[in-house]
Amino acid sequence: MEELDVEPSTTLIPGVGFHQKHLGFEWGPGDLLVYETNYRLQGPRSASSPLLHMVRRDEDICSPILRKLFNESHLIFVGLQKLKEDVPSKNKKSQFVSVSKNYRSVIRACMEELQQNAVSTREGSLASQYGDQVSILLAIELIWNLCEVLFIDAAPAGSLLLLLLDWVRLHKSDVDTRAREVLQSESPALHHSYWDVVISLVLQGRTDEARQVLSKQASLRAESSSVFKRMDGLLQTMPIFNPAGTQTLTEFDVKWRHWHEECDRCLQDNTFASSRQLETICKILVGDEDTLLEQKELLSTWYHFLVTRLLFTHPTIKPPDLHYYAQSSMNMFLGPRASPEPLDIILLSAFEFDLHQVIKDCSIALNNWWFVAHLTDLLDHCKLLQSHNLHFGSNLREFLVLEYASGLFTHHSLWQLAVDYFDHCPEFGRVYLELQIERVPLDTERKAIKVLRICEDRQMSEQVRSICKIMAKRALRNNRLGSALSWSIRAKDAAFATLISERFLQDYSNKGSFTDLDLLDNLGPAMLLSDRLTFLGKYREFHRLYGEKRFSEAARLLLSLMTAKIAPRSLWMTLLTDALPLLEQKEVIFSVDQTYELMSCLEELNLDSKDSNQTDQDEDIESTKTELLRLALARNLAMAIVKEGTIET
Amino acid sequence: MWRETLLHEKQTELNNRSTRAHRDSMDPIAKYISQKISKTRWRPISAALLQQPEVFAAGSWDNENNRVSIWSVGDHGASNTDGEFDEEPQLLCDSLHDGDVMDLQFLDQERLVSASSSGAVTIFKLQPDCQALSLAHVWDRAHGYSCDPAPCTAVVCRSPELVSVGEDGRVVLYKADQTEVVRVIEHADSSTIHAVTFLRTTEVLTVNSIGQLKMWDFRQQSDSPAQILSLTGDRVPLHCVDKHPNQQHIVATGGQDGMLCIWDVRQGNTPFSLIEAHSAEMWEVHFHPSNPNHLFTCSEDGSLLHWETTSGSDMSTLLQRGWNSRVVSHSAVPLPGEDDSVVSAWLAGDSSRNRLEATHMLPSQTLSVNSLDVLEQCLVCGTDGEAVYVHRQLPV
Repeated sequence: MEELDVEPSTTLIPGVGFHQKHLGFEWGPGDLLVYETNYRLQGPRSASSPLLHMVRRDEDICSPILRKLFNESHLIFVGLQKLKEDVPSKNKKSQFVSVSKNYRSVIRACMEELQQNAVSTREGSLASQYGDQVSILLAIELIWNLCEVLFIDAAPAGSLLLLLLDWVRLHKSDVDTRAREVLQSESPALHHSYWDVVISLVLQGRTDEARQVLSKQASLRAESSSVFKRMDGLLQTMPIFNPAGTQTLTEFDVKWRHWHEECDRCLQDNTFASSRQLETICKILVGDEDTLLEQKELLSTWYHFLVTRLLFTHPTIKPPDLHYYAQSSMNMFLGPRASPEPLDIILLSAFEFDLHQVIKDCSIALNNWWFVAHLTDLLDHCKLLQSHNLHFGSNLREFLVLEYASGLFTHHSLWQLAVDYFDHCPEFGRVYLELQIERVPLDTERKAIKVLRICEDRQMSEQVRSICKIMAKRALRNNRLGSALSWSIRAKDAAFATLISERFLQDYSNKGSFTDLDLLDNLGPAMLLSDRLTFLGKYREFHRLYGEKRFSEAARLLLSLMTAKIAPRSLWMTLLTDALPLLEQKEVIFSVDQTYELMSCLEELNLDSKDSNQTDQDEDIESTKTELLRLALARNLAMAIVKEGTIET
Repeated sequence: MWRETLLHEKQTELNNRSTRAHRDSMDPIAKYISQKISKTRWRPISAALLQQPEVFAAGSWDNENNRVSIWSVGDHGASNTDGEFDEEPQLLCDSLHDGDVMDLQFLDQERLVSASSSGAVTIFKLQPDCQALSLAHVWDRAHGYSCDPAPCTAVVCRSPELVSVGEDGRVVLYKADQTEVVRVIEHADSSTIHAVTFLRTTEVLTVNSIGQLKMWDFRQQSDSPAQILSLTGDRVPLHCVDKHPNQQHIVATGGQDGMLCIWDVRQGNTPFSLIEAHSAEMWEVHFHPSNPNHLFTCSEDGSLLHWETTSGSDMSTLLQRGWNSRVVSHSAVPLPGEDDSVVSAWLAGDSSRNRLEATHMLPSQTLSVNSLDVLEQCLVCGTDGEAVYVHRQLPV
């Protein structure tokens, strides 16, 4: 057995296990069924509770707001799969980045709504549930954003730090709120969090904004304006790498070193000795680690510390060197005794470029598959996941997408989304879909039609047949023969069509008239599906012709039904009886040859029935019928001979 | 867990949506409403005032608890930072609905009729200010078999009368203010009736799952149709039907194969024209109520098409689909009862002078567009992707 990554957590199921009974369970696609058995840990066996408990791992799937996330991301997912074909590989990276941004914006939209609901709801438990979901989504977005910078965008030295700065700014946006608060106050310079704002802005590398806020103070203190001017100069001249520009990285590095030395000089000269805060800022600018660590409150996270530290010490950091700084920053920031939390470990793995570890840890820490499935899929499209061997399934991407889609399929309404996910799992997707689609409850025909469309588009003929059969059987149970026949025609299910045709004929022999004429008269080529159905259609046609008084056509059809062996032998007597009124017409309808054929049919039938053992009464009726027919046939033969003879002469 | 470490961020404004793609002004507004939408309908507007519709109803299906909800798309006074109006639909009120909402129709401005998969037909009362939706009357098991209920598939209203049809093949006539059913045609169809529309006051047209159109006249006492039309031999199920708003004899239907058919019910047993419109089931077809040269269709294939017939000399853009029609003149929208010799743009004549153009109305397509409704310059549609799309500047 494989080593466990984490100790499995215990879930208490309310109402189970009071009497020390053994629990039984059954796996379902998304749920687990749990029940008490008759066995106990100790003591005699006793009757168990009759309750079944359904345990669901993923409760997020039922959240109405997260449903928007599932639906919107489904659209992006499908778009991404199509991207593959029609884009030259050169432009792909920018496409992937924009796909990644789309995913993130959907997460953000969801967070916004959850946040609003958390604020507006009055129910405490609901509010905290929303709050939990917001914090999970925040973490997801944080990780996703970092993965986008490191893996998808794969920024080279120089731009890497700029993107990391954006990442930190986006996820530590309370600085903006506080800055606005300070600037809108009556005297910003005297506001109690004035210096916090200035330092926070510097820590995020937002020098222009920091200068703006600083200028408020400078105008107040005329006596030290030269010092402020000096600081303003330092902040203004801080070089920022421009990836779009012509400047090379080396040129930037030289420039930056020059600026760094200047900052250092200011510190040596005690230029800012008059102002404690300005001195702190200057120390930050030279990247003094102790000073940075003093700002823990303002940095709030170790990864902010990491990015700020890099900004002022190694702005041209290369991707492979990141992990060293990440590890040390985390240790410095959290201290030696603190144990990192799952999120810290995931981020650290990302900084170490250990993709598999990121995905693995996320799968363990998060309670839904949405995030890992979509991120893994995107990374796989970027060709970042080399064939990572799993001991099961096909590959990591497909495994996670299948898990996510299976979860969706257990939902009474979201199952439709899962279909597209299964479609894009080349190895096992189809099998999963085949197994799941048959189990969709079909409440209405409209739903059945939608399910059928899914199956027919994918040539899943086995499932088509089974769904049509379910619908046909249901229609049959409700005595809707017409509907039942339509469904079996759609499934091309000959056996069932035969069965329904029998029911029609049975109804006819009971009532003496056909039901559902609108259907039977319009069978068209569908009639050829089964012999019995063909007979039914043709027999009905005979009745129609007869009703329309097109006797000779009707007679020809009736005879051909028997001679071409379309009619089952058991119905020949009925057919011959149907011929009686035609034989009794004043004008001759059956020709001499046709009459002979009718006679031979009758005799053939008699030969057969002699073997079978019937009751006396039945035999009586049969023989009376036969006698009647023989008489009519003989009379018709006579008339036909006379008539045909007359015409010839 | 990390929840605590991120707690402070919850307080921050999550206002950064800069990554979100910008909406093209021509694209419809999308709103995800967390339920698969089976029907969307504009609330009728009073004819006297020249206004655009602002309120629509949506029905859900396949949910644990289905709902009928009322939405507003008017300007809510608030405009966002970009200065453009925030036109996202806002929920006004909703009501639980027993079973899938199979169809929705406004009887008038304040009454809404729903068809349910439980076989019931329900009238909801909507307050004039649209702030509450309440149950006015239910015909339980209007459709059913001897023991089980049968889904009611469609309703149509012509105040005060309404007609419902169902999987049980029955046609039922009601009056909105009478609790008892007015008339039932028991074995109207041997298969499922999918849709129904009024042709005249006493005549309705139904379409069924074996490709037939049946005309019913309630003045006749017999339970057999006045007329049956069908595509010869095809038996392709028809899912929707709509009649031309001014010329009752022109009817459009859509079927399982995505084919759009235009019929002249006065003449011939076969459709006047056939157009391959969609690649899967066409769920709804609607003539524009005031400009019937425009037609809208939506389908299981996830697309919504806007069809326009115009007379033009530019042959190169002609759709080569065997389309033949002629526009007499743009002003010639004949009133009901006017001379029948006026030829509709959708029927008859000389193919060389006309063209039919189809435009996709939705930006991307994956899941089925189940329903659409169009009124004046506004279009609303709902999808299985749980999104409502509203377009308020239709080029009609």
